[in-house]
Amino acid sequence: MNRTTTIRSGAAAAGRFFRELGCSLARGCRKFFSNTKTIVGFSIIVFFILVAVFGPLIFPYDPSTDMANAYLMPSWEHPFGTDWLGRDVFRQVIAGTGSVLEVAFYSAVFTVVIGTVLGIVSGYLGGWVDKVIMAVTNIFLSIPSFPIYLLLAAIVTINTPVSLAVIISIWSWAGLCRAVRVQIMSLKERDFIQICTVMHMSKAHIIFKELLPNVFSYVAINFVMAMRNAIMASVGIMLVGLAAYDPTNWGAIINAARTKGLMNVKNIYILLYPLVCIIIFQISTLLLANGLDETLNPRLKVM
Amino acid sequence: MQATTAARPRGKRFLAALGAFFQKYSYFFAKIGISVLTLALSVIALFFLLRMIPGDIVELYALKLQNQQGITFDRAYELAAQLLNYDPNENVFQAFVRYIGGLFRGELGTSYLETGVSANSLIATRLPWTLFISSVSLFLSFFIGIAVGGYVAQKRNGVANKVASGFIAVSGSVPDYLVALLLVIVFAYQLKWFPAQNNYDAFSVTPGFNLPFIGSVLYYAFLPILSYTIVQTGNWILHMRGSCIGVLGEDYILAARARGLSERTIRTKYMKKNALLPLITQFGVSFGALFGGATLMESIFNYPGIGLEISNRIISKDYMVVQGLIFFSAAMVILVNLVVDLIYPLVDPRVRKG
Repeated sequence: MNRTTTIRSGAAAAGRFFRELGCSLARGCRKFFSNTKTIVGFSIIVFFILVAVFGPLIFPYDPSTDMANAYLMPSWEHPFGTDWLGRDVFRQVIAGTGSVLEVAFYSAVFTVVIGTVLGIVSGYLGGWVDKVIMAVTNIFLSIPSFPIYLLLAAIVTINTPVSLAVIISIWSWAGLCRAVRVQIMSLKERDFIQICTVMHMSKAHIIFKELLPNVFSYVAINFVMAMRNAIMASVGIMLVGLAAYDPTNWGAIINAARTKGLMNVKNIYILLYPLVCIIIFQISTLLLANGLDETLNPRLKVM
Repeated sequence: MQATTAARPRGKRFLAALGAFFQKYSYFFAKIGISVLTLALSVIALFFLLRMIPGDIVELYALKLQNQQGITFDRAYELAAQLLNYDPNENVFQAFVRYIGGLFRGELGTSYLETGVSANSLIATRLPWTLFISSVSLFLSFFIGIAVGGYVAQKRNGVANKVASGFIAVSGSVPDYLVALLLVIVFAYQLKWFPAQNNYDAFSVTPGFNLPFIGSVLYYAFLPILSYTIVQTGNWILHMRGSCIGVLGEDYILAARARGLSERTIRTKYMKKNALLPLITQFGVSFGALFGGATLMESIFNYPGIGLEISNRIISKDYMVVQGLIFFSAAMVILVNLVVDLIYPLVDPRVRKG
């Protein structure tokens, strides 16, 4: 008898839990998609992700050269035309989408994790920990990042998206760290954290259960911004001709067309497609970040 | 009060005065101290970056020296390590002392690819061009940005605000080097209105203070300045608008309105002056972005500044020069930020008290 009641109440509890989860998810989604900017930005990003996942399956890229068909104008068979070796530009751009997004995703993850953890630790613990972390942050903020990206990309052999992402995120977490630290320092003085301290809750509990959820929205926005910066940096690195592990990456396509010579108009046509893709993606990430900012920080709406 | 200070011994009075002096200007000393510390730490960071550089550079250079001067390999290796200020076989401390010694002697790094070329000589020849481009575009974008930002802040529901927001979104999201690339494609390669490389026409003008030379420099600098300005202006508009909106909520603006002053007067006499103050700190950030971004921008315009030098020498693996140039860029950025931090409280006394 006892057992059945336990099971029944357990099932009821589980049901309630899932119903509540569904409700809060639905509420979250409704709130999330109430903003036009968010919808537009999010759907463009989803479109790019779908292209990255399913594009290569539908339009597989064939890197073999076909000199007879070099520099073809756009047609139904080759929507973006072909390059100097007769390879289809449309398929190259599709194959490069995944490579660009991978780097952006990994480096955003690394940047956000390093920046948030150090920012929270530095802001919450204060004292000499804070001083040391801030001194380190100052170095990373004052040495111009782009030359360092290039230098690291030249010194370290880059052959995977992860290694490129590591290089980019090493030099881009500092701004986020400083911003999170400021947020934490103001949160620390608020009553609920003071109460936690008085109740002798562990520092780990306060950091992960109390402070982290409060800066979560801020971090989410910065994740999108970090993706933006990562694309800017990775395409820039490839544009110079470094880190050329994937010739279909948008930056690599642009660089190849550039080195072929811009005096030739046909090279300019090839270069424009990935360039426009980057611009569209960057604008969509900015829209998503701004939309999230407006939904999650309503007090900024006056702007 | 007067009596007590006079009664103290002289030394103590001096110390008290010194203490008061330090206390009064503690803000400045703290800022200078932090800058020096940051510079020192970035030297250490760059040193460890240098340790990652593959060691065979010194050996290659030693072989070159050996062939050139006809000396033994050991002697050549020693000379190479001395010239490059880097020896991969030394332990960390010795190498660090050597590195710091080089920096204090003012030797930022010697090229091992070209004889007679060092980071110092490159900075001397290239820096003026980078500074010219970045400062002109910084001031242009600043003045356009504050004018537009101030106007837009007052008319937040107008069409101008929508246009400005669109411009901010687009110029902020398109990477600066792609703007540069588009400009080069359109104006240099398609329309052929502007040159696609170099800083002046070396065939027809002689460098010096003459009109054709200045004209040529401006003509060649037009595209880089235009692209930097496009990229930076959106940022300035954004900051100016935000700052102005903050100021518009103040009581003295309300009082000015109550006195019946025109919106134009309010904008120029009351709002802008106060809204400009927080923007001063943005100068350092912008300068850093320009200096770092120059690496790619200049290589797209083939404009012979420090940035082009950095990217070319990274590709040709001339690391010794590169680390010198990067150290110099970092020092410049730190210096500009320090100057901005020191000027700010002079302009806005509220900061010193806060």
